[in-house]
Amino acid sequence: MLQINNLEVVYNDIILVLRGISLTVADGSIVAFLGSNGAGKSTTLRAISGLLEYEDGEIKKGAIEFNGQLTNKLGPQKIVRLGTTQVPEGRQIFAELSVGENIRVGAHTRSDGKSEVDRDYQMVLSYFPALRARLKVQAGYISGGEQQMLAIARALMARPSLMMLDEPSLGLAPLLVSEIFEIIKRINTEEKVSILLVEQNALMALAVSEYGYIMENGKIVLDGASRKLMENEDVKEFYLGVTEDEKRKSFADVKHYKRRKRWLS
Amino acid sequence: MGFEILLQLTVTGLAWGSVYACIALGFVLIFKSTDIFNFAQPELMMLGAYMAFALITLFKLPFIVGFIFALVMMAAIAALLEMMVVRPMVGEPVLSVIMVTLGLANVLRGLTGLVWGYEEQQFPSPFPDDPIMLFGAAINQAEIYTIVATAMLLTIFFLFFKYSSSGISMRATAEDAKTAFLMGINVKQVFTASWAIAALVATIAGVFLASFTFLEPIMGHTGLKALPAMILGGLDSVVGAIIGGLIIGVVENLAGFYLEDYLGSGINDIAAYVIVLIVMMVRPYGLFGTKEIERV
Repeated sequence: MLQINNLEVVYNDIILVLRGISLTVADGSIVAFLGSNGAGKSTTLRAISGLLEYEDGEIKKGAIEFNGQLTNKLGPQKIVRLGTTQVPEGRQIFAELSVGENIRVGAHTRSDGKSEVDRDYQMVLSYFPALRARLKVQAGYISGGEQQMLAIARALMARPSLMMLDEPSLGLAPLLVSEIFEIIKRINTEEKVSILLVEQNALMALAVSEYGYIMENGKIVLDGASRKLMENEDVKEFYLGVTEDEKRKSFADVKHYKRRKRWLS
Repeated sequence: MGFEILLQLTVTGLAWGSVYACIALGFVLIFKSTDIFNFAQPELMMLGAYMAFALITLFKLPFIVGFIFALVMMAAIAALLEMMVVRPMVGEPVLSVIMVTLGLANVLRGLTGLVWGYEEQQFPSPFPDDPIMLFGAAINQAEIYTIVATAMLLTIFFLFFKYSSSGISMRATAEDAKTAFLMGINVKQVFTASWAIAALVATIAGVFLASFTFLEPIMGHTGLKALPAMILGGLDSVVGAIIGGLIIGVVENLAGFYLEDYLGSGINDIAAYVIVLIVMMVRPYGLFGTKEIERV
C-alpha cells in the first residue's frame, strides 16, 4: 500500500533531516513508527502528506509510492483524495469550529454525495460516542481526550485507506490512551484502514501493531515484527524502560552510539 | 418631535453603518483568512461603485443588471489581484505586505482618476427621491434599501459560512491553514475566494454609498471610517465588524445632531474615534475579537 524507498529530505536546502529511510505499510496492517524527539518521524509523515513544500523542505532523493503511484510531487489535496489522511501531532482541531463542523471539514474532499457523507458521519460517531453529546460545542472547549478523538474522527471522514497518526497519546491520561488505541485497532479491522502509528509511547504502539520501525537521527535503525522488537534488548532498554538486571543504570553508562553501530551492521 | 428626529437620525445612522459594516467585513474576511491587512479595501469599494456606474451609464444597462455585472467583474478583478500581486508576497515580512496593499490602493485610485476623472459624479441612484413617512418621520428611501439589502446580504453570508461545506472549509482555513492542507482543502483557492468575497461586499458598500452621496475617486476615504468599526468589533470577528459598523454609523449621526451645539461642528467625524478609544481602554482586543491577535 504505502512504500517508501530511500527517502532523503532536506530543509532549507541544507539540513538533511531524513537520511534515506525505507518503510512499508502493507494493506490492512498497523505499523508502529518509533523514535525519540527530533528523529524525523513527523517529517516523514509530512513528506507523505505532501506538506514539505510549505515548510521549505524538499525531497532530494527516493520515492514515496501509494498503491504503486508515485506521490513525491503531488500536493496535499491530491494525496488526501488518493486515500491518505493524517491525524497531526497535537490534534490541531479547529478550535473555533463546533465539534460537528470539525468532523464535516474532514469530508471536504468527498464527492460521493451527501447521503454517503451523512452515513459516515454516523459511523464515525459510533466509534466515538463521547463526541455525540458535544456536537454543537466549540471544539476548543472539549477535553484533550475528546479532541484527540475528534481529530481521528475528522481524518476518518475522508474515507482513507491509510491513516497516519502522529502521537495520538500525547498528553493524555494512560487510561484514555489505551481506550484510544483500542478504537484505532477497531477502526483498522472493521473499516479496513491501514494505520501508520507514530509514537513515543513504544509499549502501547508495539502492543497494537504488527510491524515496527525504529528511527534515530533521520535513519531507520531497527525494524521487525512488533513482537520481536518488544523482546529486543536495546528496545527494552531505550524505549520500554526495562533493564535486564533489576538495578538502575546510570545515564552516563549508556553507550548509545555503540549500540547504534551494532544495529547497522 | 424629538422622537421623529431621533428615529430619522437612527435610520440614517444605520444606513451609513451598513456601509461601514460592509467595508469592515471585507477587511475582516481577508485579514482572518490570509492574515493580510488589505489597505486597498476602500479602493475596491470605490472601484466597484465606478464599475457599476460605467455599466449603467455607458452600456445603458438596467440598474440591477449593471449591479450584478459589476459584482461579477469586481470578484474577478480581486481574484486576479490576489493571484498576481498578493500571492508572491506570501512569506514576506508583514510590513512589506502592508506596503504592497497600500501601493495597490494608490494605483487603483490613480487609475480610476485617469479613466473617469477626479470630479464628483452623480451616481444614477435607482431609489425614488421622495421620502417615505414612518411614524411621522420622513425617511430617505435609499437608506431603507441600504439597510434591508445589507441585512439580506449578511444573512446570506451567515448561512454560507455556517452551513455550506465550502463555508465551513473556509472558516477552517482561516483558523489554521496548515491543518486545512491535511483536510485536502485547496488553501490557495480559499485565499483567492476570500479576496473575491471581500470585493463583493466592497462593491455593494460602494454602490449604496454612491447612491446616497456621489462618486469620486477619493470616496475610499469614507472607508477609513470602517477602521474604527473594525477595531471596535475586534480585528478578526465578522460579527464584530458588522455590529461595530452599525454602532459607528449611529453614534456618528446622533453625535452630529445632539452634541454639535455643545462641542462644535465636526463632532460627528471624531465621535467614532472617541468610541474606539473608550472601548480600547476596556477591551483592547475589541468587542468580539480573540485575545491573541497579531497587531499591524
